[in-house]
Amino acid sequence: MSLHGSTYEPKSGFGKWMDERLPIGRLMHTQFVDFPTPRNLNYLWTFGGILTFFLMAQIVTGIVLAMHYQPSAAAAFNSIEDIRRDVNYGWLMRDLHAVGASMFFLAAYIHIFRGLYYGSYKSPREVLWIIGVLIFVVMMATAFMGYSLPWGQMSFWAVTVITNLFSSLDSIINGLGTTIVQWLWGGYAVSGTTLNRFYSLHYLLPFVIAGLVGLHLWALHIVGQNSPTGLDVKTKSDAVPMHPYATSKDAVGMFAFLILFAWFVFFLPDYLGHPDNFIPANPLVTPPHIVPEWYFLPYYAILRAIPNKLFGVIAMFSSIAVLLFVPWLDRSRVRSAKYRPLYKWFFWLFAFTCVALGYLGSKPPEATYVFWARIFTIYYFAYFLIVMPLVGWLEKPKKLPGSITEAVLGKDAAQAAQVAAE
Amino acid sequence: MAAGPCGRPLGGFSYLEILEAEALVATDAEEPDRRDFLILAGGAFAAVGGALSLWPFIDQMNPDAGTQALASIEVDISPVKEGQAITVLWRGKPVFIRHRTPKEIEEAKAVDVTTLRDEYARNEDLPADALATDVNRTKAGHENWIIMIGICTHLGCIPKGQALGDKKGDYDGWFCPCHGSHYDTAGRIRKGPAPRNLEVPVYEYLSDTKLKIG
Repeated sequence: MSLHGSTYEPKSGFGKWMDERLPIGRLMHTQFVDFPTPRNLNYLWTFGGILTFFLMAQIVTGIVLAMHYQPSAAAAFNSIEDIRRDVNYGWLMRDLHAVGASMFFLAAYIHIFRGLYYGSYKSPREVLWIIGVLIFVVMMATAFMGYSLPWGQMSFWAVTVITNLFSSLDSIINGLGTTIVQWLWGGYAVSGTTLNRFYSLHYLLPFVIAGLVGLHLWALHIVGQNSPTGLDVKTKSDAVPMHPYATSKDAVGMFAFLILFAWFVFFLPDYLGHPDNFIPANPLVTPPHIVPEWYFLPYYAILRAIPNKLFGVIAMFSSIAVLLFVPWLDRSRVRSAKYRPLYKWFFWLFAFTCVALGYLGSKPPEATYVFWARIFTIYYFAYFLIVMPLVGWLEKPKKLPGSITEAVLGKDAAQAAQVAAE
Repeated sequence: MAAGPCGRPLGGFSYLEILEAEALVATDAEEPDRRDFLILAGGAFAAVGGALSLWPFIDQMNPDAGTQALASIEVDISPVKEGQAITVLWRGKPVFIRHRTPKEIEEAKAVDVTTLRDEYARNEDLPADALATDVNRTKAGHENWIIMIGICTHLGCIPKGQALGDKKGDYDGWFCPCHGSHYDTAGRIRKGPAPRNLEVPVYEYLSDTKLKIG
């Protein structure tokens, strides 16, 4: 993918000396300055950069919090309150980290839906997509363990309910589930031992994510970016160098998103949390209505929609695992939903379904809510297993533009631009 | 003339030529030779050794000796009046102790076991195939007491029904607010997503008012 050729020219003597020994400057220049970027990217393409920023921000604020946090059942809850009240700028670090987790998920969901809408998972981007799904899974594990650390009532009971999901394996092989759950807990119930190991893993997993992000970027820079038309970069005039074109657009998107982030951090730091988490963990009392953080609500609704324990757990895990097969489930030859008149409707219904499941997940498990959760759970899976294979085959896509340049400039200007670029 | 590692002549061949010739013999051989055997055996040994060395890293997460040692507790049940219940902590788990009323015992006894979702007693003192009759869920001579682990068999919440004002569910026993499981007065699952009856731990009566759990 070097349509423009490298413009890297080390200027200093040290730069030249280094370029012959470890050409890291050349690598960065080729991949992040000269890299050909489709000229028609919209603001939805700025979320990759936003996510990278949030990963780094979470690691930095997390390392700071780890300097003050105490991972024991007796001290954890109070140490968080100390961080918020006594530690210099501790309130800022805690709020950046806690709100940052929510913003990280918001950005990840926009990024995933963008990929689904524009068909960014289709050949040759299958591996890129699968690595993305793996990042998402590790992100969920990291967020879940991080949520346990304040050791409030919601922390404690979230750990209890989620680790107990594995006990459903008892109905396949008797005792298997119990063995796994006790291994996860390090005891016969959730305890300080569990908190300690979750803290250790919560520190580890972000670095696993960073490694996966490296692979995700590598795969992206091999196959090139998808674009709103779903067309690949074919000629020089289809692309612009990443810097300053894509980077400045990324900066605008990032600042807009950071305004939202800052608004929550400074004005509503606890809005996205749950008040019960300000009650210290009590293994003898379950809160009357336990709910996960907002970003897990749709999966929680799917879990509760199914009256059988084992199948509920299987459905919940499948709702994520099905994403791995999307590149092969979608049979359409057209990538972008912009040119898929029928599929577009199913896509927006799916987006609505995810929001609806999120709402239902936040409600108590009563008859009406469970009924609707079942309806939406059925559509959630039908979208992947029925709509994706069938609609691609049934629908007649709209006519695609000849190239990215043509989509932006129109046919005549595109020819002129192509001639000029050659 | 090239010389070998110890300075001996190599019969007119360069060292590289000999290495290449050997490589050809090894890869083209039809019959597995001694080297193939050594590679396979060595590889298998390293794989098994590598897998075994993982075990300490896995097993360290299991309940430790200190946790396992907290095996039994003694409870004085004399202050618990008929219709009341207490919850004690054993091995980090809540244990429900309820002093049942004659009406509650009646209700528990009237149930046909074969109609239950989980027809087994889940009593650690009895064989695994003992049926979930009220007799098998309690101890002979002490039918007015029921002792169970107070953890919902669905996803581990603690059911309501111990305190007097609690919602006790459709069967007068316990009700789990998390996902809506109803247990009857013998702690058997009757309605909702939980798959099993509440578990009965190992316990014995040291006297009429003293209980040893574990």
